[in-house]
Amino acid sequence: MKPVTNVIIAGVGGQGVVKASDILTEAVFRAGFDVKKSEIHGMSQRGGSVASDIRFGEQVLSPMVPPGEADFILVMTEDEAEAVESQLKAGGTLLTPESLPGYIDEDADADEDEETRLRLRCMNVALLGGLSAFLDIPDTCWREALCANLPKRAWEFNGKVFQLGRELVDQ
Amino acid sequence: MLDPTERLLLSGDAAVARAALDCGVHLGVGYPGTPSTEILEDFSKLGGNAEWAPNEKVALEVGIGAAFGGAAALVTMKHVGLNVAADPLFTVAYTGVPGALVIVSADDPGMHSSQNEQDNRNFAKAAGVPMFEPSDSQEAYDLTREAFRLSHKHQIPVLLRMTTRTCHSQTVLRRAAPIRITEPGAYQRDIKSRVMIPGYARPAHRRLRAKLAAIEQEFTGSELNYVVEGDRALGIIASGISYVHAREAAPEASFLKLTTTHPLPVALARKFAAGVERCIVIEEGDPYLVENLRAHGIPVEGKDEGYRFGELNVGLVRGILAHAPAPEPATPRGRPPQLCAGCPHRTVFATLARQNCIVTGDIGCYTLGVLPPFEAMDSCVCMGASIGVGLGLRHVLPPEEARRVVSVIGDSTFVHSGITGLVEMAYNPPPTGHLVLIVDNGTTAMTGFQEHPGTGKVLDHSPASKLSFEDLVKSIGITRVHVIDPTEDMRAFSDLVKACLDSGELAVVIARRPCLLAERKQTATERAAASQSCTP
Repeated sequence: MKPVTNVIIAGVGGQGVVKASDILTEAVFRAGFDVKKSEIHGMSQRGGSVASDIRFGEQVLSPMVPPGEADFILVMTEDEAEAVESQLKAGGTLLTPESLPGYIDEDADADEDEETRLRLRCMNVALLGGLSAFLDIPDTCWREALCANLPKRAWEFNGKVFQLGRELVDQ
Repeated sequence: MLDPTERLLLSGDAAVARAALDCGVHLGVGYPGTPSTEILEDFSKLGGNAEWAPNEKVALEVGIGAAFGGAAALVTMKHVGLNVAADPLFTVAYTGVPGALVIVSADDPGMHSSQNEQDNRNFAKAAGVPMFEPSDSQEAYDLTREAFRLSHKHQIPVLLRMTTRTCHSQTVLRRAAPIRITEPGAYQRDIKSRVMIPGYARPAHRRLRAKLAAIEQEFTGSELNYVVEGDRALGIIASGISYVHAREAAPEASFLKLTTTHPLPVALARKFAAGVERCIVIEEGDPYLVENLRAHGIPVEGKDEGYRFGELNVGLVRGILAHAPAPEPATPRGRPPQLCAGCPHRTVFATLARQNCIVTGDIGCYTLGVLPPFEAMDSCVCMGASIGVGLGLRHVLPPEEARRVVSVIGDSTFVHSGITGLVEMAYNPPPTGHLVLIVDNGTTAMTGFQEHPGTGKVLDHSPASKLSFEDLVKSIGITRVHVIDPTEDMRAFSDLVKACLDSGELAVVIARRPCLLAERKQTATERAAASQSCTP
């Protein structure tokens, strides 16, 4: 049996961690994999740390990524990386906002520039786009998963940042 | 038409809800509590008849009545909720039910959102009710249906014991064809079964033990418990979430997967243990399986005491198998939760901290008042305990200290278990008086904004009779009752607290200000509803 792929998405409440994990889980589900997703609800709405484990492959047993065995870790802000880095296996990939060079215009002021503000808000989907470059998931599955988890008015912009993340990611 | 090949991706909670619908559950009733809350919310969204009761005891009693009437009733709660509902549980085991009654206990090993990590498998044995433990959403779906079937067949309440990981993990499942377990009809009187005076209860207890013996036989031959043949050098007995961790940690081992963990299929376990060289039980929490198997003379190895604490995972199971000492508890990573910016509870705790109060707290978002910058809480035990504990302190502390004691309780928690505490306060008033602060943010915020009798809305947010706290408090006999918005004028709020403490009388201050998050959510829901009604 092929080994399962282990992904951890981490951040704090309100950064779209759960949304990103829903989209990823749905995309691999639509691609026909066995998948398990595990996350802890509850206090995250009060600004606490939140992390979601997504595992997929031919057959998944435990819903939790075993310690130190994550193939990919996505963090929404750089300062969250330290808390979860130890979960990455040797040779695994850590994706942070810095993994998407040029995604955010460093000179732009998010308070002034609408595009920058929106891009920052959609960091979760941009990082998923980055992750998609490493995974063998059909594009249609990603599109369907994005549409199923986002309101219609958000489809176009999120589709764009997903594609941007996919193109910009350091590989 | 049901497509049996259709794959669904559902959480364990959602799977229970779906199964309840698919086996014709007439009534779902419970009290919100992480990680059980979504079961009834999902059941309601699917079109099921679901309601929040004021607390778990009432919920179970309503479920018992429904099952006495021949219906299939689902009662949901978190693990500590079963403590509240333990009184009816232990006796409905004796009475049995002509319909069907399934109680979901959602345990929280590791205390992600709870005040303790009690292992409710012990309740199944103590009360004498059959128990199922699912390992994933497919099993949560299948076992919910199986639990209702068994409950109706043997006329006995059944415990479905879940944990945070099975409740909140999403896994793939396929549904089965819808069935109807039982239908209520004309009321069938059966006083010897249902009126538990000692003369009727004595034979009822014997009937219960006979039922359990028959059920053990059934479980021993059931496909729900099965052996996975592997290397005979290592045999692992596991149930629930521990089973999938263990399968992954030791793929080469032989397994006895136990799905029915009360009554235990002892003969099956005895045979399995005899057929392997090393037989070890992998279980989260208390050594429930180990102790019970050993009590039947089955020589099984258990885990080191250090592994009793918190959740298991694949890495920890490897450690147990290798006799490695349990790792030191990990310090919580990342950012701790805190009261939201602009939360009305902030004003309350800032005031109590400034006035150097001794604060007996309660269960809810506001328990976060214990953390910096406020650190304005001295105790938090269980739902409703703020009032009783506060009164106890008032009774024994020297007067100058007693005068600093304040009980703080949220609106949903007050309805759940605070009312009787307030009756005690009026009945046995401490010499220095007492102050109870009901922090009323108009929702059960901690578990995700559920309604309760004080919000005037039912589970699906439609209007209902609204409990007036101020009228209730006055009717209990407390005359000093104030309603104030603590955020409108902080000084006025602070002065009011001080005046109540100085009065030496019994006082209740209702600090009423809606939860910011709930208000936002409500506005969004109303907006969505309005835009929907505009769509042709």
